[in-house]
Amino acid sequence: MRNTQRSQKIAFFFLLLATLLIVIPVGLIVVIIIQKGLPAINWQFLSDIPRQGMRTGGIFPAIIGTFYLVLGSIVFALPIGLLAAIYLSEYAKDSPLNRVIKLAIVNLSGVPSVVYGLFGLALFVVFLKFGASILSGSLTLGIMILPIIITTSREALESVPQSFREVSLSLGASKWQTIRHIVLPNAVPGILTGTILGLGRAAGETAPILFTVAAFYLPQLPKSIFDQAMALPYHLYVISTQVPNVDEKVRYGTALVLLSLVLFMNLVAIVIRYNFRKKKKW
Amino acid sequence: MRKVKEFFIEKLILICGLASIFFVILIFLFLAKEGLAVFKSVTPSNFLLGKSWYPISEPARLGILPLICGSLLVTLGAAIISVPIGVACAVYIAEIAPLKIKEILKAGIELLAAIPSVVLGFIGMVTLVPWVKSIFHLPTGLTALSGSIILAFMAMPTIVSIAEDALYSVPKSYKEGAFALGATHWQTIYRVLLPAASSGIVAAVMLGIGRVIGETMAVMMITGNAAVIPQNILVPVRTLTATIAAEMGEAVTGSEHYFALFAIGIVLFIMSFIINVTADLFLHKRR
Amino acid sequence: MVKFSAKNLNIWFGQTHALRGVNIEVEENEILSVIGPSNSGKTSFLRMLNRLNELHPGFKMRGWLEFNQEDIRKIDVEVLRKRVGMVFALPLPLPLSIFENVAYGVRMHGEKNRNKISEIVERSLKQSYLWDEVKDRLSVSAFKLSGGQQQRLCIARTLAVEPDVILFDEPCSGLDPISTAKVEEAMLKLKKDYTIVLVTNNVKQAARVGDRTAFFLSGELVELDKTEKIFTAPRDQRTDGYIRGKFG
Repeated sequence: MRNTQRSQKIAFFFLLLATLLIVIPVGLIVVIIIQKGLPAINWQFLSDIPRQGMRTGGIFPAIIGTFYLVLGSIVFALPIGLLAAIYLSEYAKDSPLNRVIKLAIVNLSGVPSVVYGLFGLALFVVFLKFGASILSGSLTLGIMILPIIITTSREALESVPQSFREVSLSLGASKWQTIRHIVLPNAVPGILTGTILGLGRAAGETAPILFTVAAFYLPQLPKSIFDQAMALPYHLYVISTQVPNVDEKVRYGTALVLLSLVLFMNLVAIVIRYNFRKKKKW
Repeated sequence: MRKVKEFFIEKLILICGLASIFFVILIFLFLAKEGLAVFKSVTPSNFLLGKSWYPISEPARLGILPLICGSLLVTLGAAIISVPIGVACAVYIAEIAPLKIKEILKAGIELLAAIPSVVLGFIGMVTLVPWVKSIFHLPTGLTALSGSIILAFMAMPTIVSIAEDALYSVPKSYKEGAFALGATHWQTIYRVLLPAASSGIVAAVMLGIGRVIGETMAVMMITGNAAVIPQNILVPVRTLTATIAAEMGEAVTGSEHYFALFAIGIVLFIMSFIINVTADLFLHKRR
Repeated sequence: MVKFSAKNLNIWFGQTHALRGVNIEVEENEILSVIGPSNSGKTSFLRMLNRLNELHPGFKMRGWLEFNQEDIRKIDVEVLRKRVGMVFALPLPLPLSIFENVAYGVRMHGEKNRNKISEIVERSLKQSYLWDEVKDRLSVSAFKLSGGQQQRLCIARTLAVEPDVILFDEPCSGLDPISTAKVEEAMLKLKKDYTIVLVTNNVKQAARVGDRTAFFLSGELVELDKTEKIFTAPRDQRTDGYIRGKFG
């Protein structure tokens, strides 16, 4: 008996070790970025354009570019994704088509981000002649985050109890009225969570925007959706690999801004989801 | 009137429902449209098995075997690191961690998954790469090993969360039965729970590997740039993904090089298709 | 006048043959109690009357069912459900305020006038004997009410759309005796203006409330007669056995 207790202690020690092996480096990464990036963060850094070949100055155009791209991607992905989720949850629940659609979604979510970039290039930039532009970039990112939006929205819709639907229908409401007045409003927190997670993903991705929108250096802000734009992830890549002699703190500062943006969005999504689960009215 | 409006809304819903299928097909079509053109210049077997990748020389050599080897080596390395650690961490979170710590750990893992790959690539570049260079006394730290380590960190959140779900959904009765027979917690885990959750764990590993194969930015920044078949893990390599990202900027639209990069895209698309569909089958196997 | 008329009604849920050759008529302004053990088809029968069974995948129907002498399948389902209301087994308030719960059906059918809606809400809550208990807190969430109050709220909600028929599906199964008595009292008062079909597991309740009683067993209608007759001298041995508690 003592032997098995001892093996358990040893085994559990290694399991804890494994967990720490993941968690501690992550913590270290965040700490290093904060420590080395914080000195660079000041109002000028956030609001100025890059100067001297991006070695000094600020990252404002990249921040704005990221903002436009993220907004554009959600304008495309949210309506389509939400309606698709409604289809899966409310109309096609038991049909064989459901399985095929879910398989397609699994596939879309597994496609490598650089392949999305190729696709965006071939379809939006070249074939539809939008050129390298915010439009092309947003559409590409939008298709990329579509699976996230559909899956989280569908789960949110499915978690609304079936009894509510039955009650609504038994009063003579139509299927769409039931969805619009009962199911959707009660699925909003879950849908919101998914949307924010999608936004976070879109903000951090580089490969899809490499050939569809990202510009190396644009001193002026984009004026229309047909313009190219700078973006934070691409900017970080450029100043880390393509531009020599960039002050270390500028690089870390850019990483810090991007990381903060993405982690903040994810944290907000987690908090919404946590509160929703606690306060569920049913 | 209301009925007419609802009719159109429901048709719109149907169209959006089919959107995912539409996009998968569309992606494949456009990849094929540009990528299959490369097979006018090179045969499929020369493409897939050719050992030299010199797309801009005259005549161009378009063999992607070095790139395939690069991807496989880096992925294998990442798998060796991330699978045992990831599964072990999943077991810890699912079975051993006290409730409050469990919630914190799960949130932490989720946040790790959210870190953009360019940020991890950047950190790898400035910390891991010099470290590898000095520890192994190499001319450069941009190696497959460095890539594997960073990629392991990208695969682990996927492996941990899906494996943890799989362990969590093993019926409580299995566990209780084992305890009733006098097994220790650990014995129950490795004799009962892990086998019961095995198909879910396999799916988790596959999806983690799928994520690694598709990674672009981190590998581009860390594995160096050598499109040659690697001899060991301490040399620079080039992956399929990094090749596309690094060279598309220079390739002229409609040139052979351009088509070749799309052909690589087709290879990646098919690989991820197979991995994801298989993983999905394993996830649903338990039913 | 005959409200519902079923001829050789057979229904299936997938492979399960839930109703077998049912022939039955529901009369206007009566309370029809429907009794039987679980899986006897009594709830399936009830749900035929407002076509709720159609929500089930794999539902199939053969035979004939008429509402007000019209084929029930030809009537627009939303119109049908407005005229045939249902109160469910567990109190199921919608996640809305008390006022909005009662107003929901009315709004869905197109009423926009705020005063009219308030009028209807008040009238319905009075009809289900809930008005006095909630009149000062109409904007409070319906979940804050007790079980019995919630069930009366559900009755008010159903009454608000002005149906001809009210279906009760084991409405008191989750309620204490006092709330049960209140619901039964409401049912008896409603009989004057509505036709009521009550499915219940509680044989005594069926006896207290119903004018006629129908006994279902394994999907078949075994016996249908005046309540008095069913409970004192039933024709079928199985009816007798069930009422005495010998099975079910």
